[in-house]
Amino acid sequence: MYPIVDKKILSENVKLLKIKAPLVAKKALPGQFIILRIDEKGERIPLTIADSDPKEGTVTIIFLEVGKTTKQLGLLHVGDSLENFAGPLGMPSEVKKYGTVVCVGGGVGIAPLYPIVKALKKEGNFVISILGAKSKDLLLLEPEIRAFSDEFYIATDDGSKGHKGFVSDVLQQVIDKHKVEMVMAIGPIIMMKVVSNLTKKYNIKTLVSLNPIMVDGTGMCGGCRVSIDGKTKFACVDGPEFDGHKVDYDNLMLRNRRFVHAEGESCKLAGDQ
Amino acid sequence: MSVRKTKHDMPEQPPQERIKNFKEVPYGYSKEIAIEEAKRCLQCKNKPCMKGCPVEIDIPGFIGCIAQGDFEKAAEVIKAKNNLPAISGRVCPYESQCEGECTLKKIGEPVGIGRLERFIADFEREKGKKPPQKPKSTGKSVAVVGSGPAGLTCAGDLARMGHIVTVFEALHDPGGVLMYGIPEFRLPKAIVKSEVEYIKSLGVDINYDVVVGKSITVQELRDEFDAVFIGTGAGLPNWLNIPGENLDGVYSANEFLTRVNMMKAYRFPEYDTPVKIGKVVVTFGAGNVAMDCARTALRLGAEKSYILYRRTEAEMPARAEEIEHAKQEGVVFKLLTAPIRFIGDEKGILKAVEYLKMQLGEPDDSGRRRPVPIIGSEEKLAIDTALVAIGQSPNPLIPQTMKDLKVGKHGNIIADDDGRTSLPGIFAGGDIATGAATVILAMGAGKRAARAIDDYLKNNK
Repeated sequence: MYPIVDKKILSENVKLLKIKAPLVAKKALPGQFIILRIDEKGERIPLTIADSDPKEGTVTIIFLEVGKTTKQLGLLHVGDSLENFAGPLGMPSEVKKYGTVVCVGGGVGIAPLYPIVKALKKEGNFVISILGAKSKDLLLLEPEIRAFSDEFYIATDDGSKGHKGFVSDVLQQVIDKHKVEMVMAIGPIIMMKVVSNLTKKYNIKTLVSLNPIMVDGTGMCGGCRVSIDGKTKFACVDGPEFDGHKVDYDNLMLRNRRFVHAEGESCKLAGDQ
Repeated sequence: MSVRKTKHDMPEQPPQERIKNFKEVPYGYSKEIAIEEAKRCLQCKNKPCMKGCPVEIDIPGFIGCIAQGDFEKAAEVIKAKNNLPAISGRVCPYESQCEGECTLKKIGEPVGIGRLERFIADFEREKGKKPPQKPKSTGKSVAVVGSGPAGLTCAGDLARMGHIVTVFEALHDPGGVLMYGIPEFRLPKAIVKSEVEYIKSLGVDINYDVVVGKSITVQELRDEFDAVFIGTGAGLPNWLNIPGENLDGVYSANEFLTRVNMMKAYRFPEYDTPVKIGKVVVTFGAGNVAMDCARTALRLGAEKSYILYRRTEAEMPARAEEIEHAKQEGVVFKLLTAPIRFIGDEKGILKAVEYLKMQLGEPDDSGRRRPVPIIGSEEKLAIDTALVAIGQSPNPLIPQTMKDLKVGKHGNIIADDDGRTSLPGIFAGGDIATGAATVILAMGAGKRAARAIDDYLKNNK
């Protein structure tokens, strides 16, 4: 069992949990993820690691409540425990000195971006961060990421903070102003697609972190397969980070809708209880 | 007195009944039938059946006990060699192993050795298993990676030799393929759990959620333990590599079976993991896993469940009993057909498969006649779900993270017959070393590796 040692409500449907999982905490690197199961009847879901503390033996996850499992997870409190918490899984981020890097985070994708921003800064990169959300209330980890950024921008759909519009608009301005060596983008699939299309024009290396549906997370089921440059890769063992210019985003969007019907049924039943 | 020429039948659920549930198909022998069947055994002096047993059970020995009505003694004889008889008694390919060597085959059917093993294992479980006396501890420790048939067997045998054994399992349940792969109706999960409990009663400790290679490396285990056994299996699914394989509706056999068996999707929404199959399901491949997929699809409510195979029934790798059960349940076999592409709708949802008719040509490397496509024979079949069950490759996680470990061209860890790898103190066995094979061969490998590890611990340290 893996006890919850801290909980924060970051916005109406975005929650932070700090979980005691010493083995995972000891090995976790930026870009990696975990698989958790709440209880004996639960499903296994992957979540990218938002932070980890090997001394404390804790791992932080931040999640958007979208389905039955994440909603149930959001209802847990400090002192409750998770049945299973396995990791760290996947390949870590390619953290090294690139020069000038732009880190683009959208929505709940800002959470897994945070450890990468920290690590890239530590390597001596000039880090420019661009965070996007629907409105200012939904912006995650703003002060935390700002603290490790040399330049920092915000874009909101409603203009309640920073630029009114998309992160890609801000990215365009940054590219016009700087010689950018690498772009790291984590967020909704559509955001990663738009960012990748933009950077491709300038031939800027772009990494994205994908979050397909998974079951085991160890390369066994192939449910998380993604098409990279026409070749099938497993996000759980080959990823979750891939060259943004080579990802078939449309196929990923389609595969992530595989069980929407069942998800609806599951949520409805849970709500009825 | 003349010997009965045929095996006693094992009563089973009628096909039309059982496709509506996930309960086990055969009920097993009664005491009376078991004794009658055991009396068919000729008690050959040279014990030919034992040559066919990868885990070295004294087969005439335990059958002799059954014939005398001494089931407890029969259990002891089996347990002396095999810690997991309720499992092997259900999923072994007896026809090509022990029963394949039985002298009675000269005049008729062999003794139902598998059925008798299962009978004794069930008798013992219902009565309550008693763990054997704990041996004196050697003080030596062994880490076993993976709790599938190879790992459990190796762990159990090592514990009985007095070593301190810790198993590391990546998933949340023990058993590996016994839990995620083989369906409930063929191997009830309560039975797997009971066998695992027995292994634990021998003093084996099992840790879950530990993905060796990620959560901890083999080298770290090697530093902490006196020896390491790797039994991580053949978890990596093979694909057809035809267009449309990433459409919504195409599953690997592993994903489909894991959802249904381990995550209990057949009890959705009581359990949270869903599975979606629609009306027409096609399974590609003709091994035991393919039969499991096709039969599971029927139980989930598929109106039609097809097996598409590029050769003929004679070349099918599945056990005869599995093929027979699938046929009885209404699985339709479309033989000499090879898929060439999956077709989806504008939303990317699977709608059809296009395939070519084949004919058999010259024998290939495996000795089986090679299927050759018939030009211009393309046909389409409207389907909702495709299950790809054309084999698995060794799990790459450990070889990937352990550069010094010698690996074969198929990604298998290179190990000798007793499990010794290229690194001292590190052993491997089962599908990770041989490529995908059977449960009993993995158990045999675990058994031989346990002996080699024992030898290593006594002499090298």
